[in-house]
Formats: sequence, C-alpha cells, structure tokens
Amino acid sequence: MLYSDKVMDHFNNPRNVGVLESPDGVGEVGNPVCGDMMRITIKVDDDRIQDIRFQTLGCGAAIATSSIVTEMARGMTLQEAVSITKKQVAEELGGLPAAKMHCSVLATDGLKGAVDDYLVRHGREAISGGLEHDDPNFDPHAIESEDACDVTK
Amino acid sequence: MSEQDRPVYFDYAATTPVDPRVVEAMLPYYTSHYGNPNSMYALGREAYKALEDARERVAAAIGASNANEIVFTGSGTEADNAALLGIMARMRKDRKHVIVSAFEHHAVLEPARALAKQGFEVTHVQPNIDGLISVEALRDVLRDDTALVSVMHGNNEIGSVQPIKELAVAAHARGALIHTDAAQTLGKIPFDTGELGVDAASFSGHKIYAPKGVGAMYLKKGTPFEPFIKGGGQEFGKRSGTQNVAGAVAFATALEIMQDDMRVESPRLEALRDRLVRGVLDNIENTVLTADAPQKLPNIVSLLIKGVEGEAMLLQLDGKGIAVSTGSACSSGSLAASHVLLSIGCPPEIAHGSLRLSFGRYSTDQDVDRFLEVFPPIVARLREMSPVYTKMFGVGTS
Repeated sequence: MLYSDKVMDHFNNPRNVGVLESPDGVGEVGNPVCGDMMRITIKVDDDRIQDIRFQTLGCGAAIATSSIVTEMARGMTLQEAVSITKKQVAEELGGLPAAKMHCSVLATDGLKGAVDDYLVRHGREAISGGLEHDDPNFDPHAIESEDACDVTK
Repeated sequence: MSEQDRPVYFDYAATTPVDPRVVEAMLPYYTSHYGNPNSMYALGREAYKALEDARERVAAAIGASNANEIVFTGSGTEADNAALLGIMARMRKDRKHVIVSAFEHHAVLEPARALAKQGFEVTHVQPNIDGLISVEALRDVLRDDTALVSVMHGNNEIGSVQPIKELAVAAHARGALIHTDAAQTLGKIPFDTGELGVDAASFSGHKIYAPKGVGAMYLKKGTPFEPFIKGGGQEFGKRSGTQNVAGAVAFATALEIMQDDMRVESPRLEALRDRLVRGVLDNIENTVLTADAPQKLPNIVSLLIKGVEGEAMLLQLDGKGIAVSTGSACSSGSLAASHVLLSIGCPPEIAHGSLRLSFGRYSTDQDVDRFLEVFPPIVARLREMSPVYTKMFGVGTS
C-alpha cells in the first residue's frame, strides 16, 4: 500500500491545523474505537467559509484528507462546501489506496457537520442532506469496492 | 550520511537482512554446485550431500532425533499450512476437534478456518492479559475427540513466550497432538523438540538472517501426514518439488550462527529493549507496555501510545529513517485493530496506538538513542493534532 506524494505532503505538513476561537460552526465526526476522529471549526461570512481549522486523530490518509478538504473548502459558499464528494477529495490528493477511501468520508462529513451546525445555530435549515457516518447502513468496506472511488486502479 | 542519520531498523520480527556469512555459504549452490540433489551423477550427489548435511545440522540444532523429521519448505507459512492441513488429512475419523490459540499468526488461523470449512470443529483458546495461553485455559477446551492443538511458541506482536512443554503434556494427556509455530523463537531462545515434547513445529528462514523463500517443518516420526504438495516425492514424500539446496544450506548456516551467539546476543538485545521501553515510559505520558508475560522474547516489545494512531506514528518515524511496525487497523488494510491485541483484552481505541519494536543483530545503543530523541516530539505533535486527546487522557503532553 503506497501513498501518493501529495498525500505524504499533506500528512507531513498538514494545512490549517488547530481550532478557531469562537467558531461559527463546529463539525465532529468519527469514533476513537474505529481509530479515527475529526473536528472542523469554521468562520462564515455572507454564507462563505472565510476561515477553517481541523484536528484529526487517525492514520496518514485521515490526516491528509482532513488537510486537503480545508484547503478546498476555504472561500467556498456553504452550498459548494457540502457538495464536495469523497471522490473529489481523493482525486485532489492524487488518489488514495482502496482500503483508505473511507478516510475521505471522515473529511467530507466533518465539513458537512460544521456547515449544518452554523446554519442550525442561525435558525436555518441544514443543507448537507445528512452525514454518511450517521447512516446506520454506512459501511466503510462498501466504499473500498466502489471502483469509481479508487483512483489507484 | 552522518552517523546520526543512519537508518534505524527496528523491525527484525518482520524480516532480517541475510547475514554475509550465510550468503557466502549458500552462493556456490547457485553457481558451481548447481546440481539437482535427486540426480545420480557427481554434480547431483554433491547437491544431495549439501542438502542432507543441512538437514542434519538443523535436526541437531533443534534436538530432533532423526534428520528425516526435518522437511524443508518454501516459508514458515507453508510449514504451518502443511502441519495443520497435512496432519488433519490423515487423522483418525473419531477425532474431529482442533484447538488453535486466538492470537496465532494468520498462517495458522487461516488453515484452521479451512479445517472448519472441511467439517472439523475449531476452538480458539484465549490468552490472558499478559499474553499467555495457560495450561488451565487449554485444559478447559481439550476434549476426548481433540485431534490437534496449535499454539505458537513466541507471539510475533507482543513477544510473549508460551509454556509449550506444559501445554504439550496437557494435550498428550487427552490423546491430542501438538504443533507449535516457532518462527519468532527459533535461534532467539532455546528450542528443543525433545525438551518441549511437540509433534510438529514450523520455522522460517528470513527471521534468522537466511533469505526469504525457505522454511522448515519439524514432523515427529510416526505423526500422521498427508502432503499437500504432491509430485516427485522429494523430502521423503512430504513436500514434492526440487529442493532449494542453497536455501537449505542458508537455513542451517543461519541457525548455527544464531545458536552460537544466543548466550551473548540474548542479554544484549534484552538490554536494548529494556532501555528503549524505560525511555518511552519515563518520558512520554500515557504510554504502557502492551503485555508483560513472565517469559518473553529478548527482541520483541509492544508499546501502547494512548491517543495516537499507529500508522501515523509509523509514517512519521519512517520520515526520520526509523522502521517500526504497528497493530493499528489503518496499517493493515482492514478496519479492525490487531486480533492479537484485541485477544489480550486491549480496548480497540487503545490498540490503534500500538507500536511493535523488534531488535536484532545489527541493532545498537545509538539506534535506541536516536529513537528516544526522535519519538517524543512525534507523539507530542500527533497528540496536539488530535481532537480528543485532552478529553480522553488528561492534560497536555510532556
């Protein structure tokens, strides 16, 4: 199992690590029992993500996908941010090993959670359509076999 | 490259470099002495002599009463498969029960699963929290129809050494045979088939400074066995295929060097291991020894670094030129933490932070120094990045 250079770059030099003070939205996903957990904090202005930070407990892919998703989301509208797919995250990193595809869900879910949290705090409707991690049928193994996601094939 | 930047290899339990003395001993059997040991002319007889000489040396080293109790194989995994599947294929029909320990290597667990598919009943005997299969635990699961027990001699992830002699007595008392996977112990601690009383054992060349691609199986005379590689009847009909003469010579040479060095090398490795463990436990908070068995391998230790994921540590250490191993889910490609760690009662959220360090012939005090210098900041950095470390394990990193 090999990581792309870009995955290793984001793992070794993760962008936007930390927690924003008095954030407008917070997303927390994952479970230490499964070995990975992520928190994203965002600052929102005029429905655009102005600033973003993450903290992640997890493997190389979990940290790299977290890092890249914060770069992708910065400056996006909330609608654009929740539309980022796990496939886009993997592609942006130059591909992920099949067994690591589920890590990109952690990143997209964390971002969706933060956006929804911002909206709900302001009395508005959540727009993400729900987190994959909250789906009782969510099966990380199923993602591994989804060919479209596996950029390394 | 300065001495300080010399790569540090702490994964001898995964594989070892081939000792130059071993290379020297085996090379002629690739080039000048290339005969097929089954040919009758001089070139063949020469190869045959080297092969049988290697067999006798291995037999002598492990206390086998007869050289033809040694069968050379292509790997330790092959030896495990051959022992479990081969013995059970010829087992008397009223013995349908097989016992394997829950923390065996997959090379034993998977053939055991195949036996279950064939209709045998398979019981997994559980180790205790110290990483030990106790005689009581085995006695509890032994039955009148138990055919075979397989318990590894030394565990590859946590280094605990099993009381094979006592387990063998318990198995034999119920008429069962016993096999042990000794891939991690051969040459590192004494292994004597007579002393241990086992009916079969598996060994691997590349764990003892011989090349990959050679292993051996000990099969006590009279043990039922059906070969699963069938062909020209080499290795007394137990493993067909033209023998790996160079590999057999390498295996015997490597094993003799291990045995000769053991008295000096064991305490040296123990000292390196203990200094590294103390250095980690004293200087990094929320770290523990994974298991503390009464008898353990001198060269393998497992540590739990709470609140950090194993693969992340492995990659960061690799970035500093230090090679280690981990039992975390993420490094394995599966999503479950190591079955070894879970079997000794380690909670999954902790097992993800396991680190296995294994030492060997070329490990030095400087290697340990380098590790102890590089590792604490890596842990601190990863814990700082974690959203839950403070919540789960208390304040700050040291």
